[in-house]
Amino acid sequence: MIQKIFFCAFLCFITVAGYSQQCTYNFKGIITDYHDGSSIFGATIYIKNLNRYTTSDDAGKFEIKNLCNGEIHLLISHISCETKEVFVNIDENIFQEYTLEHHTEELKEVLIASASELKTKTMQSSVLKSDMIDKYSSQNLGDVLKNITGVSAINTGNTIVKPMINGLHSSRVILMTNGVRLQDQEWGIEHAPNIDINTAEKITVIKGANALEYGGDAIGGVIVAEPNRIIVKDSLYGKSIVSGQTNGQGFSLHSSISKSTKEGYYINAKTSFKKYGDFESPNYILTNTGLNSEAFSVQTGLKKFESGFNLYYTYVKNEIGILKSSHIGNIEDLVNAINSDASLIVQDFSYAINSPRQEITHQLVKGDYYKRFEKLGKLTVQYDFQNNRRFEFDIRVGDDRNKPAIDLNLNSHAIKTSFEFDSKSNQTYKVGLVGAYQNNFANPNTGVKRLIPDYSKYDFGLFSIGNFNLNDNTRLNFGIRYDLNYISAKKFYFKSRWKERNYDVDFSDLIIGDFNTQWLVNPKFMYHNFSTSIGFFHRFNSENSFNFNYALAKRSPNPSELFSDGLHHSAARIELGDLRAAQETANRVATGYDFKNQNTNISVALFFNHIRNFIYIEPNGTEQTIRGAFPVWAYKSTTANLFGVDINWQQKITNQVNFNNKTSLIRGVDESNGRNLIDIPAANTQNTVSYTNKKWHHFNANLESNFVFKQNLFPNNNFEVFIPTTNSDLLLDISATPSSYHLLNFNTDATFKLTQKTNVTIGLTVTNILNTNYRSYLNRLRYFADDLGRNYVLQLKFKY
Amino acid sequence: MKLIKNIVILVYISSIFAACSSDEDPVIINEEELITTVRATLIPEGGGTEVILESVDLDGEVGPNEPIIEVSGTFNPNTMYAGTLKILNEAESPAEDITLEIMEEDEDHQFFFSFTNDIATATYGDEDSNGNPVGVQFNLLTGAAGSGGFTIILRHEPDKAAADVNTGDITNAGGSADVQVTFNIAIE
Repeated sequence: MIQKIFFCAFLCFITVAGYSQQCTYNFKGIITDYHDGSSIFGATIYIKNLNRYTTSDDAGKFEIKNLCNGEIHLLISHISCETKEVFVNIDENIFQEYTLEHHTEELKEVLIASASELKTKTMQSSVLKSDMIDKYSSQNLGDVLKNITGVSAINTGNTIVKPMINGLHSSRVILMTNGVRLQDQEWGIEHAPNIDINTAEKITVIKGANALEYGGDAIGGVIVAEPNRIIVKDSLYGKSIVSGQTNGQGFSLHSSISKSTKEGYYINAKTSFKKYGDFESPNYILTNTGLNSEAFSVQTGLKKFESGFNLYYTYVKNEIGILKSSHIGNIEDLVNAINSDASLIVQDFSYAINSPRQEITHQLVKGDYYKRFEKLGKLTVQYDFQNNRRFEFDIRVGDDRNKPAIDLNLNSHAIKTSFEFDSKSNQTYKVGLVGAYQNNFANPNTGVKRLIPDYSKYDFGLFSIGNFNLNDNTRLNFGIRYDLNYISAKKFYFKSRWKERNYDVDFSDLIIGDFNTQWLVNPKFMYHNFSTSIGFFHRFNSENSFNFNYALAKRSPNPSELFSDGLHHSAARIELGDLRAAQETANRVATGYDFKNQNTNISVALFFNHIRNFIYIEPNGTEQTIRGAFPVWAYKSTTANLFGVDINWQQKITNQVNFNNKTSLIRGVDESNGRNLIDIPAANTQNTVSYTNKKWHHFNANLESNFVFKQNLFPNNNFEVFIPTTNSDLLLDISATPSSYHLLNFNTDATFKLTQKTNVTIGLTVTNILNTNYRSYLNRLRYFADDLGRNYVLQLKFKY
Repeated sequence: MKLIKNIVILVYISSIFAACSSDEDPVIINEEELITTVRATLIPEGGGTEVILESVDLDGEVGPNEPIIEVSGTFNPNTMYAGTLKILNEAESPAEDITLEIMEEDEDHQFFFSFTNDIATATYGDEDSNGNPVGVQFNLLTGAAGSGGFTIILRHEPDKAAADVNTGDITNAGGSADVQVTFNIAIE
């Protein structure tokens, strides 16, 4: 039985239609590993009816010449794989791609995996593999994702990095980690994803809301981080990565170990530590920007053909210093900061992390179980629990010095089940149900008005997805989803605020308590969201392919957009939510064209996203307090149009030299107000020349030039402020964007075999080689200090 | 059957978690470092009517209402006034005297005084343990008759060693503002 499940399989795309009888056709193909896309060397390709053999070369390619018109009977095999048959119609010169499960895995698993690949081909998706992820071992998820065209990041300093997909971020981007939707207060710009990048072996980014299985509200897209695959054989292996870097004078350490058995049992454990002191801009130290990070995860389970389970636990704790000079007392301090070229507080280098700082702990427990039903499909049931504990410490006086200003405890439970009908190879269906409960508790001991209130949230979702192979070169996929979101919050409003927002007119029935100067209010909101997605993929020939997709997505406003109400100390701004905020409705149309031959691969992706009730936050004047005036940032809604193009061009110059250009352009228009949208990434273009020589210990060297244009299209939110110390009115230029900048980066590595099973990769990376002074529009701390200066990183990676 | 059992167990576990979260009403927060009131009491040397300047913002920093500023009367020309500042949180009852906290951490706090139209000048009347001024006690010397703005600023963690800071010049003081109020005063 067990031997029976050790199959190998592949996916094939077959050509049809026929013309006259000729025997001059060439049949070329490539065999790649399903998991990481690496080419498979030495696979045997046998044409049974012609009794001809060939094998794939070291690039995974094969060629069979002089074939006649008609069907050929193909058998493809590779070491430790059972031979599998394919029938291919030959009526022209064709090029086929075969994705082979390189490692011994069961047949069905691969068929399903193949189906999911079919699905993503109709979407705009990109994959980052473990080699790339390992290079960023010492950094953040947001940093590594910038390698994908169209993905940028919105930062608070350099250690809080949020991924941004086609100009959208936070609640509009779903982050899946090992099948679990991350619930970590993802609404705020200064809330970085609580995920240790080292737990991922493969990261897929799907642009737009076409992956309905994960949620109907991913107006920006979905990031799917998957842990290492399970190899069903007796094995014990591990990996350790040690990095040291000059900027921040810190190190990062990652280690993982995996054990599996041929019966299908497996266990693996991973741990990471990072410690950095103050980072440096080219001219000065960025005081209080250090980072302490620790992460641990363990995973165990059973993977068999008929059934299996997975248990997973992760723990991530980050202690992040926030640039000291970004703490401002009132608007005058902000004016001083904006008008100053340098950071206003520069102290000697230190590893100490003082206030303002964040301390976030995220824990996740997951259990899933699957069972296969013969000739029907696969049932999956999953439960997950997540706890997110978030402290934000502000600079405070007296006894409150060490008391957090924000203390939130978020517990999320989710249960989901799905059934995948995959018995037919040319069409698969998946239906699923999701139920989730979330509770937020804002600790009153902070002594600071809660920015986010206590709330309970219930979600229920229902989806159905279908994937169809219309013919061998055309695929269609569609999905529908319904989500119900219910939120009940209990929140104190100052009576003056309640009146100022005119809530006394519309929401007086929500009041449940009278506390002198404040109302206790119980808003209960329910949202019904319908989402749909359609995707289409067509391959014209071996070189040209095209995809088109459309998604209708709806997103309920998040707690921050609804209820924010308070002075966000670490941002020195009053943030105001809007109880009237309605669901966002996005209609996104996207199309992509891909040209690929032996030397050139060009992908061009276009998108247009029309979002009704697009919720955004922007400066909205000032409010006078006893501390002076404070800038007010209010959530507002508008009709927004986002459109742009992402280009990725890879060119092989010689066998060893490659060139790569990645360019993305995006525009954001506030249609209702006839102006530009705030926080839209500037156009950028990245050019890389790389040299690879496998004979020199897999030597690689890349020189990368990254040019970011000035964002000239931004809304003008400037306002006049009265400065009492000078007795004058000054224009607060809060809108202006930083100048364009150019960064040069260099990376080189080589791999040396230590023993039969052990090797070490030594890598050196230099970022910002020219030590350029720059500020990024999408860094919230751009008002206060320059971005990072030159950095040398030395990395050792051991695989054993 | 086993599967159904598993689902039942999972649902059961999740309902326990859900049950744990109480639906109690949240506790109201009395903001601890909230400053609602700045009161300057100015007593003329050699007797006369004292002048009280007060700025009160009962809905605090977060509330939309602007501080209510009151000036009890006019100043006499060319007169020295002994000034005392009181910083309060009147949202609590009894009101919390934040001046005491400031005095406890006097090295980390300093008041700055400025005037428009040169209507008056101010000097410090107290010192912290390092011999630097704090400003809870101060002296105000009025000029000739006229009117103008009198701004009181409290800086938290100023650099008291920086040039001219100990003479009351805010330019190099740094730190962040805890209080910043402007009173329109008249000298008659």
